[in-house]
Amino acid sequence: MRVKIEHLTKRFDDAVAVDDFNMTFEDGELVALLGPSGCGKSTTLNMLSGILPVSEGHIYFDDDDVTNVPPQNRGVGLVFQNYALYPHMTVLENICFPLEIKKVPKEERIKKATEMAKLVQIDKYLDRKPKALSGGQQQRVAIARALVKTPRLLLLDEPLSNLDARLRLEMREEIRRIQQETGVTTIFVTHDQEEAMSISDKIVLMKDGHLQQVSDAQTLYDDPHNEFVASFLGNPPINKLYGYIKDGNFVLEDGSATVKVNNPNVKEGQTVVLGIRPEATQLNDKEHDLTAVIKQRYTMGKEELAFVNVGNQTIRVYLSSDYQYAVGDTVYIKLRQKGSFLFDRETGARI
Amino acid sequence: MAKKNKNGSNDAIFNRKFEPLIYLIPFALGLVIFTLYPVVNVVIMSFKEGYRLSGAFTGVGFGNFTKVLGDKNFMTAIKNTFIYVFTVVPISTVLSVLIANLLNKKIKGIAFFHTAFFLPLVTSSIAVGLVFKYMFNRDIGVINTIITLFGGKPIDWLGAIAGTGPYNLAAVIIFGIWNIMPFTIILLLSGLQNIDPLYYTAAEVDGANSSTIFRRITVPLLMPTIFLTMIVNLISCFKVYNEVIPFWRGEAGVTGRNLYTMVYYIKEQFYTNRQLGRAAAASIILFLIIFVFTMLQRWIQSKVDN
Repeated sequence: MRVKIEHLTKRFDDAVAVDDFNMTFEDGELVALLGPSGCGKSTTLNMLSGILPVSEGHIYFDDDDVTNVPPQNRGVGLVFQNYALYPHMTVLENICFPLEIKKVPKEERIKKATEMAKLVQIDKYLDRKPKALSGGQQQRVAIARALVKTPRLLLLDEPLSNLDARLRLEMREEIRRIQQETGVTTIFVTHDQEEAMSISDKIVLMKDGHLQQVSDAQTLYDDPHNEFVASFLGNPPINKLYGYIKDGNFVLEDGSATVKVNNPNVKEGQTVVLGIRPEATQLNDKEHDLTAVIKQRYTMGKEELAFVNVGNQTIRVYLSSDYQYAVGDTVYIKLRQKGSFLFDRETGARI
Repeated sequence: MAKKNKNGSNDAIFNRKFEPLIYLIPFALGLVIFTLYPVVNVVIMSFKEGYRLSGAFTGVGFGNFTKVLGDKNFMTAIKNTFIYVFTVVPISTVLSVLIANLLNKKIKGIAFFHTAFFLPLVTSSIAVGLVFKYMFNRDIGVINTIITLFGGKPIDWLGAIAGTGPYNLAAVIIFGIWNIMPFTIILLLSGLQNIDPLYYTAAEVDGANSSTIFRRITVPLLMPTIFLTMIVNLISCFKVYNEVIPFWRGEAGVTGRNLYTMVYYIKEQFYTNRQLGRAAAASIILFLIIFVFTMLQRWIQSKVDN
């Protein structure tokens, strides 16, 4: 099912949680709503499920306007952050419950629930109570319960945040597998960029209730629309050098360095931010854009990372393992085109 | 050196073991004097025949128990007490669950209803019993007024006219239910507030209506609290006494005998008849009955939990 959101807005008293949100989720897509805490991603999810009423705007499921349709009539399956499995019911009863409400005959109910349990690989534990299951198993039951009524849309609220690191890796693959096997349009909320990038077809990045960028993970990383997108994604985070444009080139704030930028959109005198992904730096003695002094070094297994001073600003760069560098050494840095971005200092917009 | 160390550590163990006991003494002393001693003494008293407050008694044996169990009034007391317990506890539980569920909803003016339902808790049951006496009045009571309003015949709740005997007990039961509900509702309400509202949201998204949610989610999740209130109420209802006193000037029913309850019987044996041994024996029987039913209920609960 295709989901279309038009001018979606949510206000709580005076605070605007989601502001004029427009977006289309295509049929069968797995989409991540990504953003820092309080960006409105969960609010958006709750409006899609119908739990939260919409302040302004419209939600369409295919061609139906469901803006004012109550949750139970929307045909959505919802997986809560802490799963909300009924503690007094067994796994089977939990999965059966949505069908029980729909007055599906008992035999059919159990047959369907068992099928679902097989899909999420929890069929060994049908007689157990939720508290006798691990977090990952509870998550599987919650997904099975959400899917058993064959919803048009599956919504997951921070599905992995209650799991430990190892289970998290396992469950995110599982969510991907289950989603692909059922083909249900799925939207999940996360604040973890890695989670979003690893399994989703599309990422919706939000901040302060505003949509920042919608695209697949790689595009989001390689071609950020603004400074926030560039700095939110990536680990280690993107470097930022503050400066201005002079003669079409980037000049560091204190005037100590000049970097050539082949960007026809820059204006003379414009204050800008030069975003440089750490992997877009290359140590090169012959040909270089920046001269820097090593301030601190970190060895992280196969790579060596260093904080270096460029003028009076600090950036992270990868050191080559061929040489032994010491703190205080001068290094020459060449910037790659890919992974270096110019942003307007005022608006944060990409230039 | 080694010996000194050993001694040192022994002192430490002594301190760790016995120091807390010293702090416990004031409380333990109170417990022994005011709780343990009377309980043990009642047991001893129940086996002393012809016991007087002076300490004199005529013999030791089961005489008090056989006398009490052979007493027609005690049988009336057991019958009345059982009827009282097995009407008041279930009815008040069901009503309290329904009302607590309503009070748990976020609606305007809920504070008014909270106050209204919890008012009996801060009133004296004897004082309110006197008010109820007038409400139960055959001719001018509000209860009969309502009954006649709906076309019923007025009931002589507290009277002695032949054929209205059972109404004496019914009046006590109605008053008992009213009296016990606020406490039950408070316990249930706190139980309800411990239920994660997310379960309701989850059920609503699945399309459950409020009666399904109540039946399939609320009540099962509230079950531990319901069992708790039932045990507490069972015990307190077996000890019914205050509810009988206001209606017939302190007498047990309109004839003075038809509304014996177990505690009323004990009190009468003790104060009126000065039969201290029999009063003690009746107390032991009451204790055993309560004990058996509490155990039974706990056993049922453990079955339900699994």
